[in-house]
Amino acid sequence: MDGMHDLGGKQGFGPVRHSPKAQVFHADWEKRVNAMYSLAVKQGVFNMDEYRHAIERMEPRHYLAAGYYERTLTSLATLCVEKGLVKHDELERRAQGAFPLSLPSAPGRPNLAGCESFKPGDRVTVRADYVPGHNRMPAYIRGKNGVVVSESPAYPFPDAHAHGVPAADEPTYDVRFNSVDLWPNSADAAFVHVAVFQSYLERLTDAD
Amino acid sequence: MFTSNSQQPTASIAQRVAAIEAVLHERGMQPAAFIEQANHLIEESWLPQNGARVVAKTWTDAAFKQRLFANGIEAVAELGLAMPKHHRHLVALENTDKVHNVICCTLCSCTAFTIIGLPPDWYKDLEYRARAVRESRTVLKEMGLNLPPEIEIRVWDTTADTRYMVLPMQPPETVGWAADRLAELITQDGMIGVARI
Repeated sequence: MDGMHDLGGKQGFGPVRHSPKAQVFHADWEKRVNAMYSLAVKQGVFNMDEYRHAIERMEPRHYLAAGYYERTLTSLATLCVEKGLVKHDELERRAQGAFPLSLPSAPGRPNLAGCESFKPGDRVTVRADYVPGHNRMPAYIRGKNGVVVSESPAYPFPDAHAHGVPAADEPTYDVRFNSVDLWPNSADAAFVHVAVFQSYLERLTDAD
Repeated sequence: MFTSNSQQPTASIAQRVAAIEAVLHERGMQPAAFIEQANHLIEESWLPQNGARVVAKTWTDAAFKQRLFANGIEAVAELGLAMPKHHRHLVALENTDKVHNVICCTLCSCTAFTIIGLPPDWYKDLEYRARAVRESRTVLKEMGLNLPPEIEIRVWDTTADTRYMVLPMQPPETVGWAADRLAELITQDGMIGVARI
């Protein structure tokens, strides 16, 4: 989905609030939430793709205003409701106030049928797919050309895995893009490497 | 707030966390014990010192470095380090006098947290996620790393469950030091690629 979470290349943000002594956590509840979502994954309540997608489904104003661990909390609570562990009104009764959850999911999709495999050096283009559900293709590479650098082990296909759609694990490729192709006349010169699922790619031929 | 049917004001974060913890407890999931265990891992195990040991070993043992490039997960296991099951690949990115690598995650905030430590706050902020891929040289400069223009920058966006770590360049004056002493020099910022050692 073209959600608020898909931040790569968005403009208008200020300096990174960096400090060499930066902290991971700023409050005890952040550690509790981080542990509890991990517990739910370990016990099979939901998987990592469902977890990520439930964050992406947060209402955009809530997503931007919430910190990292409030997003974790919202995803955990949303999935506990959707998986039937608790009802939303019971959560709100226990919390003694409104407990905002993520918006409902749209359908996922299986692996692309008949997609080919690639080898280092192959020129590829990222398919111009627009899907309403989860995926791991940042919008800034959609329709862009790159070069395959290497292949990673097969992973569950996120577009399916986040939605309970049966699918095969598939390879991801380290694809190298040139920042000046991604954002012509509007980026610092660099190579941008993205781990791209096979279903998102098609081969570029010499004629292209 | 935005996605609740309740007419009441939004519950505080503390109340919402307590509510979900109570639900997990009542479902027999034993969250309190798991939280305690996780806090132990945060404080004792998932530390940047792990990655620092890996980097220091690449500086002192060329054969290890080649094994790390060939199979990252097997190589770090030699140092007693492990990754979660869903991280199926660890890729080490070597900085040289011609190439500088930097990692980010534009879609969420993925990292090889068992190796280089849990990500710091700024790595998870909107600013770094939005800007690192598009304005790499500018962002690095703002963060105190002013790279010479002839150095090629490679930005790695962690979009699948393959995980990355940067191998910083060894300062020339430290050649010949023991690995333990070298490891003390190596920072998490260096392994993310926003600082040099």
